[in-house]
Amino acid sequence: MIAEAGLAALWLAAGLAALQLLLSVPTVRGTIDGAATVRAVAVVQGLFTLIAFTMLLTVFARTDLSVALVADNSNVAQPFIYKIAGAWGNHEGSMLLWVTVLAVAGAAFALLSHRTSEATRIAALGAQAALALGFYAFLLIASNPFARVDLATMLITGPTGLNPLLQDPGLAFHPPTLYLGYVGLSIAFSLAVGALITTEVDSRLARAMRPWVLGAWILLTLGITAGSYWAYYELGWGGFWFWDPVENASLMPWLAATALLHSVNVLAARAALKAWTMMLAVLAFSMSMVGTFLVRSGVLTSVHAFAIDPERGTFLLALLAIYVGAAFTLFAIRAPRLREGAPFELVSRESGLVVNNLLLSVILGIVFLGTLYPLFVEAISGEKLSVGAPYFNSVAGPLALFLAVLVGVGPLLSWRRERRPVLKRLTVPALLGVTALVITLALAPTLALLPRLGLTIAMFLAAASPLPLIGRNVLRTPLATWGMVVSHFGIAVALAGMAANGAFTSERLAVARPGEQLGVGPWTVAFGGVMPAAGKNFTSMEAELRASRGEGVVALRPETHYFSDPVMETNEAAIRTFWDGQLYTVVGRQDPSGGWQLRLWWKPFVTLIWAGGALIAIGGALALLGRALRGWRAGRPRPEPDWRRRYI
Amino acid sequence: MKPKNQRLVLVACAVVAGFFVVLLGIWGLRDQAAYFYTPGDIAAGRAPSDRPIRLGGMVEKGSLVRNDPLTIRFVVTDGAGKVTVIFRGIPPDLFREGSGVVADGRLRSQGIFVADAILAKHDERYMPPQLGNQAAEHKAGKTLER
Repeated sequence: MIAEAGLAALWLAAGLAALQLLLSVPTVRGTIDGAATVRAVAVVQGLFTLIAFTMLLTVFARTDLSVALVADNSNVAQPFIYKIAGAWGNHEGSMLLWVTVLAVAGAAFALLSHRTSEATRIAALGAQAALALGFYAFLLIASNPFARVDLATMLITGPTGLNPLLQDPGLAFHPPTLYLGYVGLSIAFSLAVGALITTEVDSRLARAMRPWVLGAWILLTLGITAGSYWAYYELGWGGFWFWDPVENASLMPWLAATALLHSVNVLAARAALKAWTMMLAVLAFSMSMVGTFLVRSGVLTSVHAFAIDPERGTFLLALLAIYVGAAFTLFAIRAPRLREGAPFELVSRESGLVVNNLLLSVILGIVFLGTLYPLFVEAISGEKLSVGAPYFNSVAGPLALFLAVLVGVGPLLSWRRERRPVLKRLTVPALLGVTALVITLALAPTLALLPRLGLTIAMFLAAASPLPLIGRNVLRTPLATWGMVVSHFGIAVALAGMAANGAFTSERLAVARPGEQLGVGPWTVAFGGVMPAAGKNFTSMEAELRASRGEGVVALRPETHYFSDPVMETNEAAIRTFWDGQLYTVVGRQDPSGGWQLRLWWKPFVTLIWAGGALIAIGGALALLGRALRGWRAGRPRPEPDWRRRYI
Repeated sequence: MKPKNQRLVLVACAVVAGFFVVLLGIWGLRDQAAYFYTPGDIAAGRAPSDRPIRLGGMVEKGSLVRNDPLTIRFVVTDGAGKVTVIFRGIPPDLFREGSGVVADGRLRSQGIFVADAILAKHDERYMPPQLGNQAAEHKAGKTLER
């Protein structure tokens, strides 16, 4: 009953999306006065998807095994939180979460956005409904999350549980955060489409778009940071980024959103870079859809790719082609009609941001090529190949470092044209950077080039990023400026963490018998032995390690979990965090001779990577808060009375 | 600068950046892309040696040997050929005899494959597309035989 109610809610939401699209066209043309209706429909549509998603959560919470999705991805013995998280730990459920976020974002937009003209707003809601319709069709036709089990297959295969790798607190937060970010960008896409339809690309549009871009970008940043930490501790390989296509699928929208975030500010402040900003807004959500296609179609080799069904892949690819193709066609038709706004000189904040955008786009292009090249080659010639970390690091790494240098310079430039001696203000950061370079040359002469440059540039950027605050009244500085400073400082922190991890990590792989001692970095680790233990739905072997480096002893218990349903083992790393790094330990299998495989890492300052990611997101949150407070103080602008006369 | 010129400059910048991406991408991919080979390809001499490649197939039953406590040696097969693989380290959770495996590494002298990494990030229900195709072909072949 609950499952059928969820399905009915989904059908109703799809019908409302169709209605919303149909009503928005004559409303924008001005033949009917349907603005209030379109908004109301958008809100109700959001509510119905929420109902459908709540129904899915309910069947998972009750472990209703008559629903196929539950039978395939959950079981009674699972802890409650993973029963709930199981709702989106699979293909159908996560697509339902995706459209729920899409529709709820549309509803929130209908309720909250007052900055653009009503025509643009209604056109944007029409575009949002068109997006939602395609994904409703995908859910209802190709991946119904509420389907009942087919009794015959059920009797043969029996129920299976959630993939144990996904039974982790990380799963409870990581995908929803990323999805909120992915799909939040749909509002930027729809607003851009709406504004291209009404040709009202101006600073009001940029101010309307900015909070959505900022919000989506904050969540993407958090999602990527959390996902990186999840992979780091859960997969037990000690790495924080694998250039896995699924990771790239979240990085690409982030890169586009970062570029958009900067260019939308130019549009808001100077009414310049109109066409470019519109293109980025379309591109950012297109990258979200590309990411969804990559992860959900099953074309990739990865734990995230659940669907092996070619029908779904084709369906998603068709949706992608239709939406991206239509949006870029509209862009190509309307872009020549956009009048470029205020001009600027070669050395100015505008051109600094243009360079930022170009570099981010180039990095995006490189990641895109590397991620999709294997698929192209296989589709065309049937040859199989993989593109891994060496490509991304050697091609995108130097560009990212160059961009990090410019992050220190750009915010010091002023709008339109620069007259002050900016380079002089950078003397101290430059000197600090050079000092860091000299120190690494003296202390670690054998370091690879990228980590060494990374440490140098991180030092430079850490010193340069607070400069925009100097010479201002700190209390009266807008929160948005604070946000920028914090985010840019966060980049320096994350860069320092990555460089330190690449440069100074020590690793020890050994087979140890109880009582043996192993050294890794400054640590001596004593292996006490292995004890069996039992969890709620697994049995485990726990190793006992005692680590010390002079003062005090720290105990670590890395484990191997054995799951029976489905049959699988996972390594649970034991990690201890200190102010200057992390000790990371993994226990492997027993050797026939009686020893146990142990893998130990000492990773100096590795935590800075995620601390930096968090700072970047906090900076974004500060900026969003600042804009919201300012907008609230200024009051809502009144809509123009006679907008309809002006178009079409 | 006039607005019109400014737009031209911006478009030119974007075009140059586009070319830059393609050039860098092609250069990087030519050097760094690791092609996927099966033991059959290697037996037929189609795989280059001493270049990063990726090998995929099934771990032959009964072939797993430990050279020393941390080094394993096993045979990967796809029915058309066999390749001996040496790997130092802890193999991933899902690695076992008779199951699918994908290994990154280089082909050294005497046709021995030295793996830097063994991938088995898939769960019991998931197969890498490369292996999935093979399994499907294998099944199709069996059906025909019947």
